[in-house]
Amino acid sequence: MKYLILIYSNPQSREIWNSFSRDQRAAGLRDYEALHESMVASGELIVSEALADPSLAKRVSAQEGRPIVTDGPYAEVKEYLAGFFLVDCATIERAIEQAVRIPEAALGLVEVRPIMGLDGWDI
Amino acid sequence: MGHLSAANEIEDLLRTLAPQVLGALARRYGDFDVCEDAVQEALLAAAVQWPPDGVPANPHGWLTVVASRRRTEMWRRESARRRREQVTFASTAPDDEHMSAGDDSLTLLLLCCHPSLTPVSQVALTLRAVGGLTTAEIARALLVPEATVAQRISRAKQRIKAGGAKFQMPPDAELPDRMTAATHVLYLVFNEGSTASSGASLQRVDLIAEAIRLTRQLHDRLPDDGEVAGLLALMLLTDARRPARVTSDGALVPLAEQDRELWDAESIAEGTRLISRSLATAPIGPYQLQAALAAVHDEAARAEHTDWKQILGLYDLLRTLAPGPMVTLNRIVAVAMVHGPKAGLRELAAIERDPALRGNHRVDAVRAHLLEMAGDAVGARDCYRLAARRTLSIPERRYLESRAARVSPEHDI
Repeated sequence: MKYLILIYSNPQSREIWNSFSRDQRAAGLRDYEALHESMVASGELIVSEALADPSLAKRVSAQEGRPIVTDGPYAEVKEYLAGFFLVDCATIERAIEQAVRIPEAALGLVEVRPIMGLDGWDI
Repeated sequence: MGHLSAANEIEDLLRTLAPQVLGALARRYGDFDVCEDAVQEALLAAAVQWPPDGVPANPHGWLTVVASRRRTEMWRRESARRRREQVTFASTAPDDEHMSAGDDSLTLLLLCCHPSLTPVSQVALTLRAVGGLTTAEIARALLVPEATVAQRISRAKQRIKAGGAKFQMPPDAELPDRMTAATHVLYLVFNEGSTASSGASLQRVDLIAEAIRLTRQLHDRLPDDGEVAGLLALMLLTDARRPARVTSDGALVPLAEQDRELWDAESIAEGTRLISRSLATAPIGPYQLQAALAAVHDEAARAEHTDWKQILGLYDLLRTLAPGPMVTLNRIVAVAMVHGPKAGLRELAAIERDPALRGNHRVDAVRAHLLEMAGDAVGARDCYRLAARRTLSIPERRYLESRAARVSPEHDI
């Protein structure tokens, strides 16, 4: 089963990160690296990425078939998606086990969403 | 056409020979992990050389010699000490190639399904070592990246090595459990194959055909094993319905509404023969019961001819032999078909607090179905909608939404 583990960023998490010393930041990054490596080693990781700041986002809309591109939301967005892991785990419990190792989980900023598949129940 | 079929023939030949060559090497040298890599390289070399040059007179011997050489090269790279030990072996390829291809394939399957491995690793390793598929083909078939599959395979092999598992048949006392693990892996491969029937599947290896091929091999080796026969029958009887299960636009068709003319009569006949024989001769097991259930459905020329009493009896047996949430729910559907929807709804109410079923959309789907049978259109619609929201399957969601709309099309909430 595939699951998307979403990691959000909010003012509190950014404040904590900004207040960190260099060593603390390095330790935080090492936690991420260790988590990443263990999920690669177990053959469960499909892809993981960190997202750029939302101020760099482009909002795309189509009007009468013509694209209209505007700059993304600025600083007024308080909580936004900051990164994700796409994993293939045996159970959702296993995906949750991995997700709680993400440092942001301590701040309640991590979410696990099941991915839909194409299988059908023989009804 | 000539080229294409020649290429397909070479591929089929390579995949038949893969476990035999690997079995011969692993039996001879013992280092399963290195032998497995060596055989993969030999298969790749053959896939490149044979189409232009033609298939060698002794393809098994060719692959064995090339794989043995590759294995020696791998050892050389790895350690000078080992090189001295192994160089004497390198000049001689295993010569007992005709000894026991069937036994080797079984030993190989049991090793790949070793209980110390996770199910996803067992599936990947079995497809590569026993099925002769490349990592890339397995990745496409399982809809995950190649690196993920490569990692699962190498981790599985490390685990086998670290655990000291040998390339040999397990002792008799362990055999039943090991066989259960192996049949479960084949069942998982079959299920994986059922999950993808979209247009993108054209370039993918057909995992259903692969599961049937490997199970057939196992059945040929162990014709009197009732559960292996039952599993093969279950696969054939289930797969026979595939042409009728999905419409051309990908919508699921429930069993009761399938065009039974589209079912594959040949597979049904073979599956029915297998299950009839094993039920008469072998001790009963869960795969045989599931195959028997599939056979009862398949032998009804029309849905309304289905022998629901027999189905209920089989579910009663399955419930004691191999209880599980799906057995519980399917049995309740059978109860409703035999004793009416109210009886089914009463049983559903009794089991819904079972933690194994809490939040399971299939409970809602079954309730919707029974409410519809009982004439409660609004209740049925609400339950179909709830089930549609909770399912993780896209075709199933579409099906449940269309049922909701059909049972009570007027006024939305």
